[in-house]
Amino acid sequence: MTLTVGQELAPKSYSINRALLKHYADASGDQNPIHQDESFAKSVGLADVIAHGMFTMALAGKYLSELAGSGSVKEFSAKFIKPVVVPAGVDVELVVSGKVLELEGGLAKIELTAMCGQVKVLGMAKGVIKLS
Amino acid sequence: MLDPDLIGRTFTGDKSVKVSQESITKFAAVIGEPNLDCAPPTFAISITLDQSQKLLQDSGLDWTRVVHGEQKFEILRPIVAGDDLLCSSTIETHRVVAGNEIVSVRSDLHSGSDLVVSTWSTLVVRA
Repeated sequence: MTLTVGQELAPKSYSINRALLKHYADASGDQNPIHQDESFAKSVGLADVIAHGMFTMALAGKYLSELAGSGSVKEFSAKFIKPVVVPAGVDVELVVSGKVLELEGGLAKIELTAMCGQVKVLGMAKGVIKLS
Repeated sequence: MLDPDLIGRTFTGDKSVKVSQESITKFAAVIGEPNLDCAPPTFAISITLDQSQKLLQDSGLDWTRVVHGEQKFEILRPIVAGDDLLCSSTIETHRVVAGNEIVSVRSDLHSGSDLVVSTWSTLVVRA
């Protein structure tokens, strides 16, 4: 894939639902009940069950690694600025897009945007990928 | 509240974590990643989150009130099945804002003498 500085990269959409949160909890070892148990989440003041920030970041990481292939990601960082609320029985859509910030020495620095509807859920999301 | 004497100190585990193909496959499946030759970029968190909590369990931080604020990875090479990774964790910074403690924890995963992945987690311990 040939990238140019300033290039806007096509958005991709990922589904997040309660079943996936359970799978992510099992795969990552993060069994915090705010990501699985609606009554617990509400008891600590949340609107509903929320996704693991790291699950959202894992999906953005997939977007990043698909640009230059598996194993190409060298750096990846993000802030968790808004929760992804996941009501029962709903597929919440996460839309990830990217923009090429820098190209140097076979590496590309990519700025990522992750949106749920009109809400930006990751802040300062950036990655560096090794171009093959 | 964090014991301030611990800031800047590094705690290294006495047992390494063996990465199984099954653990990579399971993590990849959740995000729909078909390539299983190496671990997805954020896979390291499945090791460092648990390991750093164990290493810092006597630090005075209340892990039950922790919210993840920020995360960074530096991946020197992708993690692969068969890796034997030893975690060392350091509390790099600590500040208190409006009663909330904000802690930055760096965790390094080494395979033998080679650094494989460094992770930085900014954690907010709610008041």
